[in-house]
Amino acid sequence: MTETPAAAHRKRSLSLGARLVVAAPYLWLIAFFLVPFGIVLKISLSETAIAQPPYMPVLDLAAGWQGLEDFLAGLSFANYATLAGDDLYVFSYLKSLKVAALSTAILVLCGFPLAYAMARAPLRAHALLVTLIVLPFWTSFLIRVYAWINILQRDGLLNQALLWLGIVDQPTTWLATDTAVYIGLVYSYLPFMVLPLYASLEKLDHTLLEAAADLGCPRWKAFFVITVPLALPGLGAGALLCFIPIVGEFVIPDLLGGSDAAMIGQTLWTEFFANKDWPVASAVAVVLVVLLVAPIAVYQHLQAREIEGRR
Amino acid sequence: MRRTSRGTSLGRMSFTNLTALALGLAFLYAPIAILVVYSFNASRLVTVWGGWSTRWYAALIEDRAMIDAALASLGIALASATLATVLGTMAAVVLTRFRFRGRLPFAAMIYAPLVMPEVITGLSLLLLFVAIDLDRGFFTIIIAHTTLTMCFVTVIVQSRLSGFDRSLEEAAMDLGCPPGRTFFAITLPLIMPAVIAAFLLAFSLSLDDLVIASFTTGPGATTLPIRIYSEVRLGVKPEINAVCTIFIAVIAVAVIAASLVGKHREGTAARPLRQAGAPNPMPHS
Repeated sequence: MTETPAAAHRKRSLSLGARLVVAAPYLWLIAFFLVPFGIVLKISLSETAIAQPPYMPVLDLAAGWQGLEDFLAGLSFANYATLAGDDLYVFSYLKSLKVAALSTAILVLCGFPLAYAMARAPLRAHALLVTLIVLPFWTSFLIRVYAWINILQRDGLLNQALLWLGIVDQPTTWLATDTAVYIGLVYSYLPFMVLPLYASLEKLDHTLLEAAADLGCPRWKAFFVITVPLALPGLGAGALLCFIPIVGEFVIPDLLGGSDAAMIGQTLWTEFFANKDWPVASAVAVVLVVLLVAPIAVYQHLQAREIEGRR
Repeated sequence: MRRTSRGTSLGRMSFTNLTALALGLAFLYAPIAILVVYSFNASRLVTVWGGWSTRWYAALIEDRAMIDAALASLGIALASATLATVLGTMAAVVLTRFRFRGRLPFAAMIYAPLVMPEVITGLSLLLLFVAIDLDRGFFTIIIAHTTLTMCFVTVIVQSRLSGFDRSLEEAAMDLGCPPGRTFFAITLPLIMPAVIAAFLLAFSLSLDDLVIASFTTGPGATTLPIRIYSEVRLGVKPEINAVCTIFIAVIAVAVIAASLVGKHREGTAARPLRQAGAPNPMPHS
């Protein structure tokens, strides 16, 4: 058992009560986070069946050792071969990675000036500004995406405004395009980019910039030589915090995007809900996790360092 | 708000910075404002402004299915946020105060769900519920939401726990106060603002979730986002604008109330212990 507390905390070793405090959340996460992943992995190696549950083989514990052998013999990598062999899935993964990378880049470009301006605002306005950035995050994600349908639809406010301004003479199609997906993604994930960036920029020691100016360094150069490198931890955390979930995003491309090229979150959703193909949906999920393992590990490293560093 | 200022005012900010702030906030708030305004539009057509009206709110009162979905969502959010706050606070204490083998995998399991795409979390939990033959419904959604939101609770409470002076805790323990009592008498009151903020975040995340609830729900358990989503797929409807406005109003009132409570508590209880910087309202910063 890995959770057995071996090392002594401070002068005393963990008491029974402390062990319970460790065990409750630990066991909860093992049961409802780790074990489900094992099940996804197992089902991704199964075959679709017209049965309940709709896959086979099912591990038959009553049959003992023979049951386990039958079960292992029944596993196959056929679903992964399907994924690799079908352009639909390959394109879906590539599209997701492309959309996530591009929208993260746009988020950096939009988020940096905003976070920088927040950090340079008068100190007494900081708490208010942070609240203002966080507040939309508290209102429903679904509602914020839905709000954009109001604006982007064919007779929506954006087209009305553009017609009125004389920029276009025909209503443009915005909804059900990739542009709409990017707008929705940048809008929904902006707080996730701005807040870590702001946390980094706010800690920035202004005497460094003054020293650079005293020594004759131009302001634009000081920005790239001092401000940007010191903001890198926040930039990294913000970028990963946006990139990773966007790769698997479902709601935004589903409501704002077109039907031509689905992102992988939509593909998984369709396999599961429309095609009822649980094994393929599981294989899609496993490959997605494998793609995201490296960014998630880097994110965890940054997160842990941030919290340890605050002690 | 703190009075200590750097002595600058908004007027001294550079033009570029002010523009960035104004544009950023406008971008964040304009769509929500438009949604709220249009929920009071008398006309059914989005293109036409038909004057102010509350007819869509009146129509909502008749909509039994929508009200049932809202009540279901509130119940699930209350139950899962309560569970998540208890488990998440325990996890935060474990991560900041205990050293033990297996701490690293524990921390990994706390941080991973924060960024894990929802479709994966939803799918994996559903397959678990099927594998153990658990009937899907309110109960399974509560378990799923607790699992997701407890990690957010942990990160918020953890940042508060690692940010304050431990000398009071140590003094109590040195005087023979058992660790459990020290926690409830000293630590918990001090981290209360973070615990409340974490509870509210868990509550609003649960109220908001579509993807995980869609996977883990069963017959008869339709939450508000599932209901809204099925309507929204068919296009914009003024009734949905009204539902969303009520939703936004409830959340806004809760957040403002929480920040007032937090400020009051901080002002009275924790003043001598306050470290530089207010408690972080966001888990990720």
